[in-house]
Amino acid sequence: MEISIRNVRKTFAAFPALAGVDLDIASGELIALLGPSGSGKTTLLRALAGLEPIDAGQIKFGANDATHLSVQERRVGFVFQHYALFKHMTVEDNIGFGLSVRKGPDKPDKAAIRQRAQELLELVQLSGLGKRYPAQLSGGQKQRVALARALAIEPRVLLLDEPFGALDAKVRKDLRRWLRELHDKTGVTTVFVTHDQEEALELADRVVVMNRGRIEQVGTTAEVYEQPATPFVFDFLGSVNRFRGEVQGGKLKINGLSLNTDSPLSGAVEIYVRPHDLRIVEDSSPGLDARVLSVQRTGPFVRAGAKLAHDGTRVDIELSHLDPLTAALVPGAQLRLLPAIYGLFPPEGGAPLKTLPDVVANAVPEQRGDRARA
Amino acid sequence: MSQPRDHSLQDPPALPPEFGTGPLVRKNSAITEPAWVRWLLIGSALGFLSLFLLLPLASVFTEALRDGWGTYVSALREPDAYSAVKLTLLAAAIAVPLNLVFGVAAAWCIAKFEFRGKQLLISLIDLPFSVSPVVAGLVYVLIFGAHGWAGGWLAEHDIKIIFAVPGIALATIFVTFPFIARELIPLMQEQGTDDEQAALTLGAGGFRTFWRVTLPNIKWGLLYGVLLCNARAFGEFGAVSVVSGHIRGQTNTLPLHIEILYNEYAFAAAFAVASLLAALALVTLALKTFLEWRYADQLAAARRH
Amino acid sequence: MNPFKPKQRRAIPGFGLTLGITLSYLSLIVLIPLAGVYFKAAGLGWDGLLHTLGSARVLASLKLTFGSALIAALFNAFFGLLVAWVFVRYQFPGKRLFDAFIDLPFALPTAVAGIALTALYAGNGWLGQYLEPLGIQVAYHPLGVVVAMTFISLPFVVRTVEPVLAEAEKELEEAAATLGAGRWITVTRVILPSVWPALLTGFALAFARAVGEYGSIIFIAGNIPMVSEITPLLIIIKLEEFDYAGATAIAAAMLTLSFLLLLLINLFQAWTRRSRNR
Repeated sequence: MEISIRNVRKTFAAFPALAGVDLDIASGELIALLGPSGSGKTTLLRALAGLEPIDAGQIKFGANDATHLSVQERRVGFVFQHYALFKHMTVEDNIGFGLSVRKGPDKPDKAAIRQRAQELLELVQLSGLGKRYPAQLSGGQKQRVALARALAIEPRVLLLDEPFGALDAKVRKDLRRWLRELHDKTGVTTVFVTHDQEEALELADRVVVMNRGRIEQVGTTAEVYEQPATPFVFDFLGSVNRFRGEVQGGKLKINGLSLNTDSPLSGAVEIYVRPHDLRIVEDSSPGLDARVLSVQRTGPFVRAGAKLAHDGTRVDIELSHLDPLTAALVPGAQLRLLPAIYGLFPPEGGAPLKTLPDVVANAVPEQRGDRARA
Repeated sequence: MSQPRDHSLQDPPALPPEFGTGPLVRKNSAITEPAWVRWLLIGSALGFLSLFLLLPLASVFTEALRDGWGTYVSALREPDAYSAVKLTLLAAAIAVPLNLVFGVAAAWCIAKFEFRGKQLLISLIDLPFSVSPVVAGLVYVLIFGAHGWAGGWLAEHDIKIIFAVPGIALATIFVTFPFIARELIPLMQEQGTDDEQAALTLGAGGFRTFWRVTLPNIKWGLLYGVLLCNARAFGEFGAVSVVSGHIRGQTNTLPLHIEILYNEYAFAAAFAVASLLAALALVTLALKTFLEWRYADQLAAARRH
Repeated sequence: MNPFKPKQRRAIPGFGLTLGITLSYLSLIVLIPLAGVYFKAAGLGWDGLLHTLGSARVLASLKLTFGSALIAALFNAFFGLLVAWVFVRYQFPGKRLFDAFIDLPFALPTAVAGIALTALYAGNGWLGQYLEPLGIQVAYHPLGVVVAMTFISLPFVVRTVEPVLAEAEKELEEAAATLGAGRWITVTRVILPSVWPALLTGFALAFARAVGEYGSIIFIAGNIPMVSEITPLLIIIKLEEFDYAGATAIAAAMLTLSFLLLLLINLFQAWTRRSRNR
């Protein structure tokens, strides 16, 4: 079922948890709400479920206004971070709970509820565990029971709050893949909250990046990673180097380096470059001089910390460990660096953050592949 | 795996009609009750507490002052009342410190060490709570009374325990036995042994470690236990009644003095003495509430027992 | 691990000393004297015991004591749950004050409670003057026993249920709501079952306390043999008649019951802990 969220606002004791959120979710979509803690992502999820009454705005499920519906009337499947399984009930009774509390003609008989619980147990691959109590299950199993319980009521939308937050790394990865498959099988519109960018990027059809109660960017995983709309998204999805430059008449100038640009900005700007987009070039090529301070091997990557010669900014460089250029990464070595892919934003303290998406929406794509040649 | 069910094919039933005119902000009905239910429940609970707790307390003070201040003051000035106060204080002064030493020792060995039978030991420490005070008094009469096992020997050596101060002290000790220990055990269990081990590695001795490290950690819990122990020691009736012999001016504690006055139909005087104990109970409650409020985190372990 | 093998030297000193103090004191004050009751009772033989316990007066007192304690504990289970719920869930003026007063029965000497309750429920008392015209006699009547027992055992259920209710996760209730459960169903099928073990523990504690209570009851009960005479009072009467054998027999019976209750309470408490930890 498609969902539309219009100008939703929610304030907790003067703290704006949701400062006017607009979002459209297509039927059958798998959406990630991604953001740091306090960004409002969980509040938005709870507002969708009706667990958090909103101050203003409208939430529609399909063509119907759901803003004023109670939690019970909304019929959403909600999976809580710590599962919230009923400890005194068996797995089967947990799954059947939603059906057993129905009233009137909608209420299935006991056998039908049992039957449905069995089907769902099979769906979440826990057949045979129906008679167990939640305390006898592992974290991953509890998570799947919680999911089955939420699916049992044939929800209009499935909402998951940090679904893998309480699990260890290995289980998390398996469950992630499994959840994606389950979603493809059931086709239920699904929204999940996470602070883990890797999780959001791997699992979701579209990612909603949130910060301070606002949506910073909505896009496919490729879009938000490769074309961050705001400095925040740039920063939040992976690490980033920042240094100063100036735009004048179609040229980006950093110290002596001059690059072509068609950014609408002019004057002082801040350049955002990911560590792996900061290329090491030959000494004779144009570039920025830097001195290596430290080198560290992390998994398949070699990371180096360096200092730009012209203004002393610290930058990070990242190379694959197979890259022959890693030989140049020795503490004390002099390097020449060239920003291969970058984003331009007004300097901090310049234009207020919220106007940024308008100003730079096109800036980043146009900078892509903007490589200076000698 | 059998064929999974495709939930998307089952269109959920239509949404109920919207509440177009309702207020935008609706109380979160998911985890609270409607206001009228809340106030009904609050009303019943407070009504119950008022009827069963506040009313009896209020009646103590009203009855005490029924015949005016003169009667009230003279009831408290009576020499028998005075000696009852003294004996009550004495019994508490013997029982509380002894139970304090025991409580600390018991909490130390139970909280800091692992040994077999620990759970049984904890249950046995709680035992006096579930023994009727009258039975507690009786056991000492059976041992030390004139017809008891030790009775003959005690009479020969002219030692009086039953119908005398030692018996009253013993009975008081028995009924207040678990108070301090059960307050300290969960508290010290929660605190573990890290601090002590740190002090010991720094070269502090056992007693020094206790005084400088353990005691500061448990002092509020200790005070809390002493407070409850003391309140019960002042107020114990059944056990003391059995061993006291009710000798006016000699083996009467305050609660027993109340009984005597009451049975002599000196109601105002009985309530005057009772009001003293009730005031003490109020002070105890006030201190207890203060400790809970001020040192909530340090007492929390005991609340969770 | 073999428990008989000497463990490695303990890092923390004082085990021997503190365990020694604990065991000696416990034995001297509690265990040996209580064992004395059984020793003495054993000397009476089965016939002696049954002779005392089987007498009509003792049986009537046992019936009164246990029956009243059961009613008082049930009453407190209901109202204790209500009070705990209200204090954990709601905000209202005077909450802290009322909360402090809940422990009054622990702090107020039983004799004081006894005369205060008697004054309240006597025919000319604040409550008695309205109750007696309705034909409800409390003071000097078995009902008085129930009232006194209710008073002295009031805090147990509240204080055992409160922490469990306070710890109950909000998410469980929200989960029930998202699954379509109304408030009543959420309370009865999700919240209350998790409170059960604590409620039973509180109930058993209240019951144990009520059965053993003496001080407050003797004032209000009227102590009419066969009607409103409680078992602990019978022990004292036997003692005053120098019927040590009779007193011991009754005491032994009550003590055995205390042990059984204690065992039950421990089982309930273990259950509470288990259900809270999982």
